[in-house]
Amino acid sequence: MGRVTAPAPLEIEQTESAEEAFAVPEPDVPWVTIVHNDPVNLMSYVTYVFQAYFGYSKDKATKLMLDVHHKGRAIVSSGTREEMERDVQAMHGYGLWATLQQDRK
Amino acid sequence: MPGHFEPLPGGGAAVALDDVEISIIRSLAVQLLELIGPGPAENAPDDPLAELFAEGPSEPPADPVLRRLFPDAYSGPGGEHASAQEAEEQRAHSAEFRRFTENDLRARKRDNALAVIRSLDALTSVSEEGGVLKLSREESGQWLGALNDLRLAIGSRLEVADEDDTDELYRLPDEDPRKPMVMAYLWLGGLQETLVTTLMP
Repeated sequence: MGRVTAPAPLEIEQTESAEEAFAVPEPDVPWVTIVHNDPVNLMSYVTYVFQAYFGYSKDKATKLMLDVHHKGRAIVSSGTREEMERDVQAMHGYGLWATLQQDRK
Repeated sequence: MPGHFEPLPGGGAAVALDDVEISIIRSLAVQLLELIGPGPAENAPDDPLAELFAEGPSEPPADPVLRRLFPDAYSGPGGEHASAQEAEEQRAHSAEFRRFTENDLRARKRDNALAVIRSLDALTSVSEEGGVLKLSREESGQWLGALNDLRLAIGSRLEVADEDDTDELYRLPDEDPRKPMVMAYLWLGGLQETLVTTLMP
């Protein structure tokens, strides 16, 4: 074994780690971005933000805005924790009240 | 078109503002800038990397307006039922998020407020009585953000916590000391509402 050259084991290691990456048994519980209702933000503005930032259609953006308004909150996006932190930061940039959490139902 | 924005052909928006209206918006924008405060690079103007590598605060701001502009990312309303351990975890995550995002957020809000002040000053340099303010699409976006921040700030100061509070503000008697601030709040709402309409995709 002592005569094996360096590149060979390195190659094997890479293959193994690539396989491991594909062999994740089940996906992590996804994270979600939640926008909370507040009486200051205009309904038209909230709809605009959902369209402009997420690229949602006018119908989808309006429905989410109405959910925020009537139910007090709405899930506006889901994904990895890093993605949701990005979305929450963007929402705070627009002045919307947003938080992220793991989507445990 | 007093008090409301209209779309410009080819993009952008325009609004007629008189000298009183200009001075109200300008003074509110300056107050907002003062409240948000300087960036970390102000203490090290010769170091171009100071702003990039400075870490933000980890505690929520004490001022209610700033707490509304820079809210916790990991705990919102409805989180009251969290266990002590969950609450502690959320607090730690919120603190870390704040350290890495709040400086950027503050910079963005400062930029928007500065853009408002600059365009108003450009308008008054032409005529002291005011006139028609014309905004490019990019400036419209900055105005939209600044108008929203101003309304959030005034709304916090007026303690607008739910829709009923807003209804009550509409019916304030003239002698109420909050009346001038309420008038500004509602007027800015009209400006923002019409500006957002010009930007709708």
